Amino acid sequence: MSAGLMLYNVLCLAVPFSVALLLAALGENFNQRAGVFNLGCDGIMCMGAFLGFMVPFAMKATPWAAYGNFLGLGAAMAVGAAMGIVFALVTVTFRASQGIAGIGLQMLGWGLAGTLFRHFVGGVTGVEGMAAIAIPGLSKIPFLGGVLFNHNALTYTALLLVPACWFLLYKTPWGLKVRAVGTHPRAADTMGIRVDLIRYQALMLGGAMAGLAGAYLSLCQAKMFSDDLVAGRGFIAVALVYFGRWSPLGILGGALLFSIAQSFQLSMQVWGIKFPYEFAVMLPYVLVIVVLALARKARQLGPTDLGKPYNREMRF
Amino acid sequence: MTALEPISELKLEGITKRFPGVLACDDISLQVRRGEVLALVGENGAGKTTLMNIIMGLYQPDSGTISVNGEPVHFRAPGDAYARGIGMVHQHFMLVPNMTVAENLALGLKELHHFMNLDIKGAAKRIREVSERYELPVNPDAYIWQLSVGEQQRVELVKTLCLGARLLILDEPTSALTPQETDDLIERLQRMASELAIIFISHKLNEVKALSNRVSILRHGAVVFNGQTANHESSELAALMTGHDVVLPRNEGSGPQGEPLLSVRNLCVRGDRGNLVLDGFNLELRAGEILGMAGVSGNGQREFADALAGLRPVESGQMLFEDKDLANRTPREIIQAGMGYVPEDRQTEGIVPSFSVKDNLILKDFAEPRFSKMAFLRRKAIDSNAEMLKERFDIRCPSTSTATGSLSGGNIQKVILAREISREPKALVAVYPTRGIDMGAQEFIHEQLLARRREGVGILLISEELEEVMNLSDRIAVIYKGKILKVLPAVEATRERLGILMAGLADPDSPGDAPVATQAGVAHE
Repeated sequence: MSAGLMLYNVLCLAVPFSVALLLAALGENFNQRAGVFNLGCDGIMCMGAFLGFMVPFAMKATPWAAYGNFLGLGAAMAVGAAMGIVFALVTVTFRASQGIAGIGLQMLGWGLAGTLFRHFVGGVTGVEGMAAIAIPGLSKIPFLGGVLFNHNALTYTALLLVPACWFLLYKTPWGLKVRAVGTHPRAADTMGIRVDLIRYQALMLGGAMAGLAGAYLSLCQAKMFSDDLVAGRGFIAVALVYFGRWSPLGILGGALLFSIAQSFQLSMQVWGIKFPYEFAVMLPYVLVIVVLALARKARQLGPTDLGKPYNREMRF
Repeated sequence: MTALEPISELKLEGITKRFPGVLACDDISLQVRRGEVLALVGENGAGKTTLMNIIMGLYQPDSGTISVNGEPVHFRAPGDAYARGIGMVHQHFMLVPNMTVAENLALGLKELHHFMNLDIKGAAKRIREVSERYELPVNPDAYIWQLSVGEQQRVELVKTLCLGARLLILDEPTSALTPQETDDLIERLQRMASELAIIFISHKLNEVKALSNRVSILRHGAVVFNGQTANHESSELAALMTGHDVVLPRNEGSGPQGEPLLSVRNLCVRGDRGNLVLDGFNLELRAGEILGMAGVSGNGQREFADALAGLRPVESGQMLFEDKDLANRTPREIIQAGMGYVPEDRQTEGIVPSFSVKDNLILKDFAEPRFSKMAFLRRKAIDSNAEMLKERFDIRCPSTSTATGSLSGGNIQKVILAREISREPKALVAVYPTRGIDMGAQEFIHEQLLARRREGVGILLISEELEEVMNLSDRIAVIYKGKILKVLPAVEATRERLGILMAGLADPDSPGDAPVATQAGVAHE
């Protein structure tokens, strides 16, 4: 097999792999930009994956089966947003420690999704899921066509969300408020911005995107649901936000790097290269740790009040 | 943003505010009119900032009324205050560092917020208009973190004016500024005062005298004095502020000149950005003297103090302390050699803010047998040590179990000084020891430093307050761009001469003395 073909195979796999991470991390970025890091992202993805699967599965035999996937995505986003609001209630209104609350939310989402799945479904069952849509014309471009333009609708959406999130953060009033609230909430407060409200909104949006990311896993990638489907991707998404220095483009880069490492290790197994497979599976995770440890710290650009609850009447 | 009508008068009546355990404002009544500068002075913790936060709607008063142009108002948030033309420049700047000047302004200008579109050009235009009108040069596209403290101060002023404020509350606006920036600011404010109303909060009486028409003095949350500034001397105001006469102590000179204690030779140290900030730095400190280091901040003072405390690696050169080289030693070794250190940033380097006063007092000695036994802390010894030091250093705190970070700046500094001095160091490095500290505490700190000098401690006083350096020092070293430009006996120093040296110019009083060629620290004899 030529090196070119190998690269092609790796990249064709890497792009769909990156979508769930990208969606979740872009959402998490809004949370963190607003000063709240949501470790519960993983749990939200579990619930999103479950509902994304459950809704079309339950509608299979009904006359509306054609809308199943669409409604599944909607339900996943709705439950994500709802969980975002719950998280906001705990961390913003009651000012609980964000780390602990996040771990709680993660366990809640993970456990709830598994329990509900066993109650309503039980064994291993697939759904039809979302089919790939080859973009006419563009998908015929040699090399790039297969890598970029032969995926399902959610993949295109995720890629388009990168510039959209950038625009939202840097070019709109809401994005300005989000950035201010996460960096210097007291300054935002003195300028008449409702810090808590903006944090609620950011957590809601971030939650909805994490829910969508989960639904992508069950509806598009695996076309089934199981307890361990999400497999810690929510935590990787949180790490990718740091990795990407809180910029949508950086997050895209991080998501792609991670996915390329992942699809590379899968391809290695397929090619039958003699290499202990356990090490290969570790590769992407090790890569994230190494890059995070070595990344240059750009303190001026990040949300410096990340993780701190805001209390107007606190004196120091 | 135009107010309902231009603000012509703000009146406070009977404002009272309690915090847990503290009566921050006690039945305060004040009044300020257009075209007038009211100075609000008082020691740290007198309730000035709390009162202003009440005016801005950040805190709600427990009782009392605020009225604008004779009409009672009730502000729930700063936005309400701005809507009536009242704006505040906070002591700690309310600027988001990772956003541009224009973005910072746009945060508060709701009319620039359109759906999915932020009119950042509109904000920049507004900034240019205001900065031209009030002669406050500001670049709307600069990021806040790139600006100096003085520039950020101007941005705050411009921002507040852009938001429509015509009554400005300035909370200790000069506390972080260099002397040059302070003079510049006072001058600009004087020009602006005619068409605005200004409440100027400060405890620097020379600034109060220079700028204000009227003065109100707060003490322990209550107004103790109202009067025309011009009719009262600074010393009179200082006495009213502290509750007793204040005479800042002076170094009376003479006394035995001790042995050389610390000699720094050809020290080279890198700054945060990797450039050489100290380059061939020489200095000698003797026992029983106060050596003042004067200079505009940013000329290497911080890096020198860091290196001396073992917090920053030394590139090359020596720091001989009683013939032992302290360069690149750990802080522990340096402390044990007998060096005391009062750091520049008292909140983050001097204390652990969330620790109690008594724990902060043993931060350097917790492992001594006095305070611990077999890995257990001896609480009784720690308590009695704290009570003793609280008494001796007049630390004003509800109890020695109070979190140190909640104390006023002056009291935090007393905690640090108590810890450092009670360890009986041979040399003491004090970096900006009275920055942002009120007169009463300043007087006390100066007395302490002079007393240690008499006991034979060598004290290096790094400061940008010329008064302080000239009052306390035996000799004065002027630092400029990482080198000591000149060391002169304090009796020969004048404000003008130091000012010229601090600007890096040749010393006018000793012709032919080219500054760069001066091998200062060695050549002072």
